[in-house]
Amino acid sequence: MATPILTQTVDLAARFPGMVTADARPGYTGFIVNKENLLEVATAVRDEFGFDLLSSLTGVDYIAENKMEVVYHAFKTTGGSGLIFKVQVERIDPIEIPSLTHIWHGLEFQEREVWDLYGIKFTDHPDMRRILMWEGFEGHPLRKDWKEAFYEEEVKPYKSRWPEGKHTFAEDKNPFHDNLNFPKDFDPEKYVVDKEEDLYASLERHTMKDEAGKMKTDSVVVNLGPHHPSTHGVLRVAVTLNGETVMGLKPVMGYLHRNHEKIGERSTFTQIIPYTDRLDYFNSMSNNFGYVTTVEKMMNIQVAERAEYIRVIMAELSRVQNHLVFIGMLLNDLGTMFTPALYAFEERELIVDIFEAVSGSRMMCNYYRFGGVVRDVSDEILQKIKDLVFDRLPAKTDEMERLLNENEVLVGRLKGTHVLSAEDAINFSVTGPVLRASGVPYDLRRADPYSIYDRFDFDVAVRHNGDMMDNYLIRFDEIRQSLRILEQALKQIPQGPINSQKPNYQIKVPAGEAYGRIESPKGELGFYIISTGKGNPYRYHVRAPSFVNLTAIEKICIGTKIQDFVALLAMLDIVMGELDR
Amino acid sequence: MENEKLSLPNYNIPEELENVVAITTLDRLYNWGRRSSLWPLTFGLACCAIEMIAAQMARYDMARFGMEVMRPTPRQADMILVSGTVTKKMLPAIIRLYNQMPEPKYVVAMGACASGGGPFKEGYNVVAGIDKFLPVDVYIPGCPPTPQALIAGLIKLQERIDKDSLKKVRWYNKEKKDGNYVPMPILGPDLIDVRRNAEIRDAAATKATQESA
Repeated sequence: MATPILTQTVDLAARFPGMVTADARPGYTGFIVNKENLLEVATAVRDEFGFDLLSSLTGVDYIAENKMEVVYHAFKTTGGSGLIFKVQVERIDPIEIPSLTHIWHGLEFQEREVWDLYGIKFTDHPDMRRILMWEGFEGHPLRKDWKEAFYEEEVKPYKSRWPEGKHTFAEDKNPFHDNLNFPKDFDPEKYVVDKEEDLYASLERHTMKDEAGKMKTDSVVVNLGPHHPSTHGVLRVAVTLNGETVMGLKPVMGYLHRNHEKIGERSTFTQIIPYTDRLDYFNSMSNNFGYVTTVEKMMNIQVAERAEYIRVIMAELSRVQNHLVFIGMLLNDLGTMFTPALYAFEERELIVDIFEAVSGSRMMCNYYRFGGVVRDVSDEILQKIKDLVFDRLPAKTDEMERLLNENEVLVGRLKGTHVLSAEDAINFSVTGPVLRASGVPYDLRRADPYSIYDRFDFDVAVRHNGDMMDNYLIRFDEIRQSLRILEQALKQIPQGPINSQKPNYQIKVPAGEAYGRIESPKGELGFYIISTGKGNPYRYHVRAPSFVNLTAIEKICIGTKIQDFVALLAMLDIVMGELDR
Repeated sequence: MENEKLSLPNYNIPEELENVVAITTLDRLYNWGRRSSLWPLTFGLACCAIEMIAAQMARYDMARFGMEVMRPTPRQADMILVSGTVTKKMLPAIIRLYNQMPEPKYVVAMGACASGGGPFKEGYNVVAGIDKFLPVDVYIPGCPPTPQALIAGLIKLQERIDKDSLKKVRWYNKEKKDGNYVPMPILGPDLIDVRRNAEIRDAAATKATQESA
């Protein structure tokens, strides 16, 4: 079954005549809102029409029309299709748009990202600094007229490499003989380094004087990371502490910003698939899934029946191993050094073996193709998966629960430590297990079914206390539900072709836009793609669940103890490849 | 491997004394001590770090080679495994960690990105290989390298250590004081390698104005 296309259920243009017009460009949907009326319309979208979850915000540079556009995707946590609205502004600096962070707090980082990469300033934003690149970096990289140091051509395949294949070294063409690009007449010795005063100024401080006014106390500023064992990669968090209590907190990211979107816009549609593997490197299968379903939606093609089942099997196996690793790593952060992680990785290795058997690589699977998958799964491998799913994994999940869940120290540490209330979680655009542990049964496999998830009988795991214990236990619930889906899929999988399309390395996608989303193990993984009908996407944006979920970290952690901060950060289950892209 | 034994093979030690007496050279004693207990820095950058973790787990078990003691602080580490894409923003932190490590110290570039930029080389925030800044001892290919490949690379590092000589190793070189210190790069309009200041200034001055690249 094809993924249902987002249909307009709300007519904003009729509700706000003169302020909103329907987007009439071919292949586009949604509404274009006047910049002056954005706040009013957005408030109505949330309060009147009930689109409480603003999932994605991103910019687009229409350089030919001399316009910049910001696209918002709003959804309802009760499920169903979304509402797309856009704002267009003239492409003349300074470009300014009112910030919507006061309506949806979850936009804070996404607006900062658009400022960083597009140079669109959001007025009234609480903390308008660059987010992925450092302050002082020259230019806004995703603008269409900004060219990187190793720029060769607008789009791939580059003429130098294909079809003759005469390679040259990118270093030789660059005036600095490296991946560097300085403005004309730049003198490095006179450069004044940014001391990050803006970052520290944005932190909540706590200054006190005693009665005589002589002794002054100030809060301690601690930088955790970018090299820190508990930050799950290269995240840096600047915190101010009063004793052990967290007063203020700002994450600093971009230490793994690998320019995924810029490279994606240069690549062909097929070339992007291996790059998506490296987003959330635990779940390359899920990333592939999200990307290919989005492009399939634009191409309007059917997926081969057997391939649909293989896709679901791989994505759910991926979810099981992700949650197992999450549990192991969380307990590592809580101080049980290594033992639970050893148990978790034992099972992960078996699942990763299956990925290796079907795709050839343990982690970077590059397995899904438009219309199906790249290789068939042999009966031998299917039998291996069945052994795992029917016998081993249920028993091992029970074993882990038995070993851990009643542990007094663990319960004492997790139970009652508040993470997020349902209202806050929705307002901060948090998705995935963290949202469901707060009592919101929002799972895209049910709320907006894609692929063949509507055929399976499973429950949406949900827990209601919103504390750390629930956030931890919900991972076990989800493993069990995934195993249920896997059991049904393995019983029902039909024989047949694995791809409905002929192999094609240069697919053409009809002009238009699409936003596709799937329930990745970490939350809503969305892809926003604009095609102009050529072989490359004009705009390629990834709505990464880790990135958006991290927006809530400040809300979650202020007032807690610094040692709980480490556990709360683990609770969000972030992965840096996806966070920084 | 014969170098795992401390005693030189050409001396005949009676069997009953083999665990008590060893006849060897100072170089060999030094190398044997170094290679048998390499403590890596707990330092993950990207995807490769996950395979590094997998290599420490029960199935592959790096501990068999004396490398299980991951140290979170550079002051206690012997080797830095650069496991993943080196970005310009991260580079100053890596250089700082390297400079804080006590000598003798070794650098292993794990994966395509750390060795030469890998699939992300064209990216504007990516450093095309850590060897532009640090002296790399072993390169491990792969994207990411499997745990087996990682362990093979680390055994290569041990073999390299076996060839060290106290007279020649760079950290005991008296003439080159601070020979291992790498000056910190600066994050300016782009990454400034302070060793190349003059070159950058000249190139920027002669850069064509109309060129936006």
